[in-house]
Amino acid sequence: MKAILSPLGLTFGLFATTALAQADDVTTFTLDNGMDVVVIEDHRSSALTNMVWYKVGAADEPAGKSGIAHFLEHLMFKGTKDMEAGEFSATVAANGGTDNAFTSQDYTAYYQNVAADRLDLMLGMEADRMVNLRMTEAEVLTERDVILEERNMRIENSPQALFSEQADAAQYLNHAYGIPVIGWRQEMEGLTQEDALSFYHQYYAPNNAILVVAGDVVPSDVRDLAEKHFGDLEPNPELGPRMRPQEPPQRAERRLSFSDPRISQPYMIRSYLAPERDSGDQREAAALTLLSNLLGGDGATSYLATKLQFDTQTAVYTSASYSGATLDDTKFTFVVVPAPDVELSEAEAAMDDAIQAFIAEGPDPDDLERIKTQFRASEIYAMDSTSTRANRYGAALSIGLTVEDVQNWVPTVLDITEEEIIEVAKSVLERSSSVTGYVTAGNTPEAGTEG
Amino acid sequence: MRFLIALCLVALSTLRATAAVDIQEVESPNGIKAWLVEEHSIPFVALELRFRGGGNLDAEGKRGATNLMMGLLEEGTGDMDARAFARARDTLAASYRFNTNADSVSISARFLTENKEESMDLLRQALVSPSFDETAVERVRQQVLTGIRSSQTDPNDIASRAFAAQVYGDHPYATEFEGTAESVAALTREDIVQAHQNALTLDRVYVSAVGDITAEELGQMLDDLLTGLPESGPELPGDAILTFDGETTVVPFETPQSVALFAQPGMKRDDPDYFAAYILNQILGGSGFDSRLMTEVREKRGLTYGIGSYLVPRDHAELWVGQVASGNDRMADAISVVRDEWAKLATEGVTGEELEQAKTYLTGAYPLRFDSNAAIARILVGMQMDDLPVSYVETRNDRMNAVTLEQINRVASELMQPDKLTFSVVGQPAGL
Repeated sequence: MKAILSPLGLTFGLFATTALAQADDVTTFTLDNGMDVVVIEDHRSSALTNMVWYKVGAADEPAGKSGIAHFLEHLMFKGTKDMEAGEFSATVAANGGTDNAFTSQDYTAYYQNVAADRLDLMLGMEADRMVNLRMTEAEVLTERDVILEERNMRIENSPQALFSEQADAAQYLNHAYGIPVIGWRQEMEGLTQEDALSFYHQYYAPNNAILVVAGDVVPSDVRDLAEKHFGDLEPNPELGPRMRPQEPPQRAERRLSFSDPRISQPYMIRSYLAPERDSGDQREAAALTLLSNLLGGDGATSYLATKLQFDTQTAVYTSASYSGATLDDTKFTFVVVPAPDVELSEAEAAMDDAIQAFIAEGPDPDDLERIKTQFRASEIYAMDSTSTRANRYGAALSIGLTVEDVQNWVPTVLDITEEEIIEVAKSVLERSSSVTGYVTAGNTPEAGTEG
Repeated sequence: MRFLIALCLVALSTLRATAAVDIQEVESPNGIKAWLVEEHSIPFVALELRFRGGGNLDAEGKRGATNLMMGLLEEGTGDMDARAFARARDTLAASYRFNTNADSVSISARFLTENKEESMDLLRQALVSPSFDETAVERVRQQVLTGIRSSQTDPNDIASRAFAAQVYGDHPYATEFEGTAESVAALTREDIVQAHQNALTLDRVYVSAVGDITAEELGQMLDDLLTGLPESGPELPGDAILTFDGETTVVPFETPQSVALFAQPGMKRDDPDYFAAYILNQILGGSGFDSRLMTEVREKRGLTYGIGSYLVPRDHAELWVGQVASGNDRMADAISVVRDEWAKLATEGVTGEELEQAKTYLTGAYPLRFDSNAAIARILVGMQMDDLPVSYVETRNDRMNAVTLEQINRVASELMQPDKLTFSVVGQPAGL
């Protein structure tokens, strides 16, 4: 077995030792081949969620092969040496379970919801398809048609989604987050079996995977089963730290106008490049999270709703959103749907005035306290869904955060001061790193000139 | 090979997951009935309320009144305006969701044990004494109109509208409970007050609670929460007279992928053959990757990303519905495969292997639904509205397993009507 500890040690400090580390009902350990394991105990029912996360997503694709990470996700349900195409899901179903998978820019995850006594079988099948994937050329071509129909459904049939692709492409000058997860159509049309297998052999290995088991299980049993099925798999020694092309300084704001006859309700968006959560350093992201809640979280009490929907009737909908759960720089995004007879440029100006006023006034202490109360309560509510908890840990660990970071997240949010919020507002809401888009039904709108 | 492996595993050990919920039937001092599951390990409660009626109760010419009314419950009560209400709610870290459907309206609440009284007091104000002030009415009306405008150019919404207009005759189901731009624009405050009196009545309420609360606490809480609502509401509509012409109708719309809805007559929820029909649908187009439609349309031919079918037993109509989306140049092929599969299943029925596999899946997946307090609360209210007993949770899988090959294939030949299978397609499908 090759030494694989050093790259893992850099990225996953918490897993430097293979001793069981337990916090509350969450236990973590690492197999000798570098595969990380997270066990979340919840004994309220006799079911479990089993997930295998790969630390590879669309933003890791080679140039010109957009969509291959997601295409491979589909092909992982074809056969292996021992299983026929479709047999994986059929076996899960025949054991009374459900299964599926998903791909993001940063990770690819496969999961089953199933009775707890079926874990052995699930892990055996996941280990099998981690290393033994087989498929025929005909299966690949048919499945390519399926993902093209998926693109049709998710993107081509939705003008909002089509615009969103353009906005991401404009937001990222150099980073692959500017390329859609599903892929650009003309590149998807050319994806081959060889592309899929080459991506698979490069990235699907135990030292690039995280097993998350949540539900009616005990850590020692999971450890035994994980060792049994994954323990003998060879790590890929060539996998180093994930270094992807980063954004250069963004020096020019970008303005887009998009029209499509299928748009019946005009709206505007503004997004800013924003920092993400980093392991051991989540304060900036926590401040941005609070900022988005204060500015555009609740439809009745947020600052933008107050200014644009209550004090004036400029808009029928406003929102601000931010999620720091990404590997590289993310976005802080505003959406405004203007009231009838209000021009997009007026809505935009009102939004900018409100943002400036917020920065000048500072957060209302009562508003901030109320939002923090919600975060405090969210820890209690979050205990209710094991699959949600499994997702939270799996996603975090896939982007280089640790179990400790996940558990520190809410305390960090609660610790953020008003000053920190204003500071991140000033540093992040910088027009030179922004994209503004006007989305309309009719003729070319007046965007592009508004200052 | 694949069935062999699967069946062996099932034979080796029976499924352990069970829907082990202990349901208590509770009646409040004032006679409000509820189902309760006590779960004290997490300090919060999920409360689910449903009132039968919903959009069906819209008065003549007032389409959308119930929906707009439900959107206004959280927008101010007594001396609180919308923002004061939201601040009070968020200070308690409670959440209330108000929803409208064709057959019912629902309120889903979640609150911390420590804030139980205050959270219910606030919800009571929203339910019993909403203010419906003019500013709030106008603001929410604009939000509803924005949604209606957006749905005018959404291919799925266009298909639903075309389909409903074609199938449901003059029943309320023929139009959307959201109303039209015209009907919503014309609604007055009086219409909304009337809709409130009609929709939230004690004779049609169904309640469940799951979480950190006792039976006694729940009973008192429900009296405090609901007393003051009207005792009874207006008559519900009769059954819809359905028309399935078996044709494929195209609504032209410029978009790259066509979407299709298809349907034929369904089956009542209390029909003795319902479980057989339910399994039949699972084999034809149910969830998972293994249904005949998924296999034929997606896995073998790559004609779609998603296809599925569902038995839809509504309060006043029963349908068997499916949907599929396919590129404009391929929709004709997809429809042709669906029609072939429908006809084949009607004449040839299912195999014993398919029946066993579907049973294993359905009986295994059932307990997995009980995966959070909120999910359990929703299931319990649904059971009450379907007039099912508490024991159903334990007997359901036995009834599923009791379906025989003879029964399911008799139901296939009786229920499936390929000549009635009616398609509504939106897009620019070639060759249709």
